[in-house]
Amino acid sequence: MTRKKITSALPGPKDIYREVLPNGITVLTRSNFNSPSVVISGYFDAGALFDPDEKLGLADFVTSALMRGTKKHSFDEIYNILESSGASLGFSTGAHRSGFHGRSLAEDLPLLLSLLTETLTQPSFPKAEMEKLRAQLLTGLAISAEDTSDMASETFDKILYRDHPYSRPEEGTPETVKRITRDDLMKFHRECYGPRGMVIAVVGAVGAEEAVRQVKRALGGWQVRGQKEPPALPPVKPLRKTVTKHHRIPGKSQSDLVIGTNGPRRKDAEYMAASLGNNILGQFGMMGRIGDAVREKAGLAYYAYSSLHAGIGPGSWEVSAGVNPTNVTKATRLIVDELRRFVQEGVTEGELADSKANFIGRLPLSLESNGGVAGALLNIERHDLGLDYYQRYADLVNAVSCEDVLSAARKFIDPDKLAIAVAGP
Amino acid sequence: MKNPLTVTTLSNGLKVFLKEIHTAPIISSWMWYRVGSRDEMQGRTGISHWVEHMQFKGTPQFPANLLDKAISREGGTWNAMTYLDWTAYYETMPADKIDLALRLEADRMVNSQFDDKEVAAERTVIISEREGNENEPLFQLGEAVQQAAFRIHPYHHEVIGDMADLHTMTRDDLYNHYRAFYIPNNAVMAVAGDFNTSSMLARIRELFEPIPAGAEPVRIARPEGEQRGEIRLTVEGPGSTTYLQVCYRFPAASHPDFFPLIVLDSLLAGPSNFNMFSGGISNKTSRLYRALVDKEYAVSVYGGAQATVDPFLYSIILTVHPKRTAEEALAALDREIERLKQEKVTKSEIARAVKQAKAIFAYGSESITNQACWMGYSEMFADYGWFENYLNRLAAVTAKDVWRVANEYFRPQSRVVGTYVPVERGKA
Repeated sequence: MTRKKITSALPGPKDIYREVLPNGITVLTRSNFNSPSVVISGYFDAGALFDPDEKLGLADFVTSALMRGTKKHSFDEIYNILESSGASLGFSTGAHRSGFHGRSLAEDLPLLLSLLTETLTQPSFPKAEMEKLRAQLLTGLAISAEDTSDMASETFDKILYRDHPYSRPEEGTPETVKRITRDDLMKFHRECYGPRGMVIAVVGAVGAEEAVRQVKRALGGWQVRGQKEPPALPPVKPLRKTVTKHHRIPGKSQSDLVIGTNGPRRKDAEYMAASLGNNILGQFGMMGRIGDAVREKAGLAYYAYSSLHAGIGPGSWEVSAGVNPTNVTKATRLIVDELRRFVQEGVTEGELADSKANFIGRLPLSLESNGGVAGALLNIERHDLGLDYYQRYADLVNAVSCEDVLSAARKFIDPDKLAIAVAGP
Repeated sequence: MKNPLTVTTLSNGLKVFLKEIHTAPIISSWMWYRVGSRDEMQGRTGISHWVEHMQFKGTPQFPANLLDKAISREGGTWNAMTYLDWTAYYETMPADKIDLALRLEADRMVNSQFDDKEVAAERTVIISEREGNENEPLFQLGEAVQQAAFRIHPYHHEVIGDMADLHTMTRDDLYNHYRAFYIPNNAVMAVAGDFNTSSMLARIRELFEPIPAGAEPVRIARPEGEQRGEIRLTVEGPGSTTYLQVCYRFPAASHPDFFPLIVLDSLLAGPSNFNMFSGGISNKTSRLYRALVDKEYAVSVYGGAQATVDPFLYSIILTVHPKRTAEEALAALDREIERLKQEKVTKSEIARAVKQAKAIFAYGSESITNQACWMGYSEMFADYGWFENYLNRLAAVTAKDVWRVANEYFRPQSRVVGTYVPVERGKA
């Protein structure tokens, strides 16, 4: 296929349909008749930032509770409708927003949308179900407390974000989850849920107009007065020196390590340069330079990679590795050395060219499934990238220079001011 | 929509599947070898998986570091996986770049170097991979249950291998294993995506046909004898959560009973998803969820079958509810198993299982990688017809079939019950 043909296969203004309903819900659709299936995916303004400190995990508890019963259907009835059709639907919580993701055969889209609407707008939080759910959430927390990777991440967030709301675990703690009452759940739902700020993408074997018509019929009538505004986000105070914390989990054969610092927001001008830089640092090929140093050369780890978490607020730039407990110091040194080299020397023209080709070449692959396209549409909407973003993407990638990567690296990474979190024995 | 399929065998025995799919400018290429952990004797457990790692360590034409960079540069994705019965390698690339993947697979079928230094570095990487697995209570439990279920058959050890063998295997062990199994007549190649069949086939012939066939590898034939009595075991480790794993013996995927058992699995524990690149659906209205999780004997339940060459296991895994004991949860599970044996399931329950499978297949067909995967995957334990006829064979299952297999396969005398017992901190 020629380059032109590849570009025209990417989502763009010609085949993405976008409409804002009168109640504020944004609908995005793109048809794909190659498989008789359809995906719905979206988000709404009811994230964990709303959680009071003493009730951390509240937003997450609410999303987990939505499908446990509504004014019309019990928990078992809801899942019976879904599972009898081979469909699925689930909710999740992030700091800023909560989200949903579902899929079904195209013939069952009306059913899927009607269940989405019902669970989102009319949950009944049945008492007995809430206690069952609480026990499940607490067991989840207990399992997570024994997981070296989860605990390294949580410890890292605590070091990096200290008194910032991002330092708070979205799932809460056993103490706070025990404290949450049914009234808290109902109040949270009443105050924070509503159509304003909600976005839904419908992708699959359904025409654009038909998809919008179905969403309108399901959710167009949803009105909420006094829907709460999301809380403002304070700035993050950067670290003044490297801070290391070791979270002990006895009896484990491997320690997890997260080393990093603050990163750009998705909307920051440095995002693309940082993203390409990160690819060189700890992704490209077998996990980039970090993988080469820690896995390939030193043989210390099965996984060692870096990742950039760039969202609405201040992001993070993290290196993660799983190593034998006796190799934690050695692996830490290798990783910090790579970070130092990264900010001192930057990247070479050859490395940058490779990563650019990788970014551009892999795009069609990431947009292969309906879920992949739905994710791309939501990405466009969330960060205001423009409907032609994926068609402009190659140009945006190609515009980045080695100097851009170096200055982005230097802006965010100071190898003497890192957060270092270890979880293990 | 039906996509044209071509199946042919090259003069050296390499079987080739080609499927044109022109929905996206992508091609996915797979190479499957009939070698896995069931081809390993004690002392060399984990060797197939380690060989898979070494296949990324370079040939004279594509030196170690160059390989992954070359694929990544072209925007491709590639990986490999080793399982009980097979090892598979795949590359999914922009359509105009697939030639690199074809050249690479042809090259590393014969020319991988297994350099001493690379073997040494990979030894510690794989040991680290195993240590990561050992961190997980369910790995510890699964390993113990599997080795209790198989004393004779080589399905008895984990694919990653035993730690003792990871420390002692040599470069020559690895290289000999590679030479014995990586031959065209022990492989299946499957390519799907945006290409023209005749030119793709011509290119495959050009690259692969010069590779000579080898001596047909002999697979270890040590069938497991009949189990005479329930096996119970416990594994202790850190944590605060109790897990229960109950395994029943299941037939090979090619056995006719496999299909009624899949229907049974669907209504007992929710449908198993055999796709590698597409998720399944929830199981909250399965019989076990209703009886165990809803009634608070367990916090979660999962049940799953595997498609294997020889009889393997059907696994039910419970996260035991903190206010219950493992024994109470097992008793509740047994009541549901007993119900399956007593009462016939309804037609509508079977129809539901078929609809669920149909949906899962539709989700899987969104991905070209997944479609290419199936052509070779099904050949590893049955044949491509197994995949093509899957939905029809499920639809043909009767309530009587389900009742019969419930009684035949869900016998307490031939099961293994494993419990993960969390031990207080510092004492584990």
